[in-house]
Amino acid sequence: MKALTNYIKSLFLLELFRGLSLTGRYLFRKKFTVMYPEEKAPVSPRFRGLHAQRRYPNGEERCIACKLCEAVCPALAITIEAEPREDGSRRTTRYDIDLFKCIYCGYCQESCPVDAIVETRVYEYHFENRGENIMTKEKLLAIGDKYEAQIAADLEAQAKYR
Amino acid sequence: MPEIRNYTLNFGPQHPAAHGVLRLVLELDGEVIERADPHIGLLHRATEKLAESKPYNQSIPYMDRLDYVSMMCNEHGYVRAIEKLIGIEAPIRAQYIRTLYDEITRILNHLMWLGAHALDIGAMTVFLYAFREREDLMDCYEAVSGARMHAAYYRPGGVYRDLPEQMPQYQASQWVTGRDVTQRNEARQGSLLDFIEDFTERFPALVDEYETLLTDNRIWKQRTVGIGVVSPERAMQLGFTGPMIRGSGIPWDLRKKQSYAAYDQVEFDIPVGVNGDCYDRYLVRIEELRQSNRIIRQCIDWLRANPGPVMVDDYKVAAPQRADMKGDMESLIHHFKLFTEGYCPPAGEVYAAVEAPKGEFGCYIISDGTNKPYRLKIRAPGFAHLAAMDELVKGHMLADVVAVIGTMDVVFGEIDR
Repeated sequence: MKALTNYIKSLFLLELFRGLSLTGRYLFRKKFTVMYPEEKAPVSPRFRGLHAQRRYPNGEERCIACKLCEAVCPALAITIEAEPREDGSRRTTRYDIDLFKCIYCGYCQESCPVDAIVETRVYEYHFENRGENIMTKEKLLAIGDKYEAQIAADLEAQAKYR
Repeated sequence: MPEIRNYTLNFGPQHPAAHGVLRLVLELDGEVIERADPHIGLLHRATEKLAESKPYNQSIPYMDRLDYVSMMCNEHGYVRAIEKLIGIEAPIRAQYIRTLYDEITRILNHLMWLGAHALDIGAMTVFLYAFREREDLMDCYEAVSGARMHAAYYRPGGVYRDLPEQMPQYQASQWVTGRDVTQRNEARQGSLLDFIEDFTERFPALVDEYETLLTDNRIWKQRTVGIGVVSPERAMQLGFTGPMIRGSGIPWDLRKKQSYAAYDQVEFDIPVGVNGDCYDRYLVRIEELRQSNRIIRQCIDWLRANPGPVMVDDYKVAAPQRADMKGDMESLIHHFKLFTEGYCPPAGEVYAAVEAPKGEFGCYIISDGTNKPYRLKIRAPGFAHLAAMDELVKGHMLADVVAVIGTMDVVFGEIDR
């Protein structure tokens, strides 16, 4: 009897038609595709994207050149040089992140005691020329200024977890 | 009479079915394989050597990049070895979070495997469906760690942050407006746990769909039944682990045999195969998808009911809370000490392994009492499986090599390291 049912199943291609009907049903169902450049998938406030340097509300840069991020960076992507400024405060004279080396682990953000270096939600960026992969202090501060509202909101939302 | 010589074929490293950078030198007699010689090393990044030059914690992100489709399981293996070395135990909530994420990782890995394996053998649709589910799970990854793949979430002594209470939501766009946006965000209204629970409710029906497309399909069966047969004895001799040994009928699973994290607190079964061929290993992995789903559901229930710390309260290995660090001098000193020097475990040797989706993933650490490992050895399951390549494909046809590579679930990140 079992041989007979198997024979009939095999003869009429039943399992193939069952598979086809499944894909056929999907053909008429609503699509779940996210049309990427126009619409975007949701991004978590913990997202680790492009780096940014932040400022205090009075415009003073936060980074105090403690070099903790430089020390913790597993990929050795951060280079810092520092000396006292004219007003006597200690600031960086050079703060470079090589985005080719960076592995986006988020350790710099984790280690920063003054929340100066952060990884933002930005994941759409590209380089056109050699050398643009080095994020200098000016570039990082510019990114920070541009997205400050978002960065502050994300840090605020995450404060209770960290 | 002229001498008849075997035809030697170079399979890969740019072959799409070679799963990365596998180079196989095949000796063919007509279309029948006489000998298969896998060449490895094209993705060698010296992870083990690299770890010797970094404090312990800084190698965690590199563990993600070993087996790059089961990220958190690799971290778990490494982190567990460190914990064993220092002699600390993560809090129970962290153990459950690790169990939860190990199983999410297992589903991620098996979906990737299922899609790629089916695609190699000629079934395109499963790949698309599997990646749809992977998208939801990657959102779970991103919600806790901030990265969709390379999480760096497990730390010695627990996990970095607790599970978030909110999920990010879809925004309206020119393509999707009004009711459709609400529908997309339906599962994202509550916490991350609600989101994962919604997934676990949908998932068994989706596994049924994959099975509808494959399990009884005659083409699938013709390509997998009786291919790459391994006897139970031979599987043990070859050092197989994971679904490769379970497909041969040996119920060997570290989650049960050498229980870790919260696996002794949850209920699940170990599926085993009978014949030890590609088809049985396929069935084992499909059943593992369902069992993982079951474990995730139990973890969710527990995590809902039991809030608590996710990191040990020991500033020598785990950084203090940020609020403390900003206000308290002692915490600040610990913070600086941890992120520069790290911690110095006692001298000694330790091995700890976890049941990664592909098999036993273990780390062997030799510590000389400094803040960096003296030597780190990674036991990758794929390496032992790939070593059996010759034995598995001998006597099969050329097209079956693809099926065997698929069934071994090779990922070159871990084999070459």
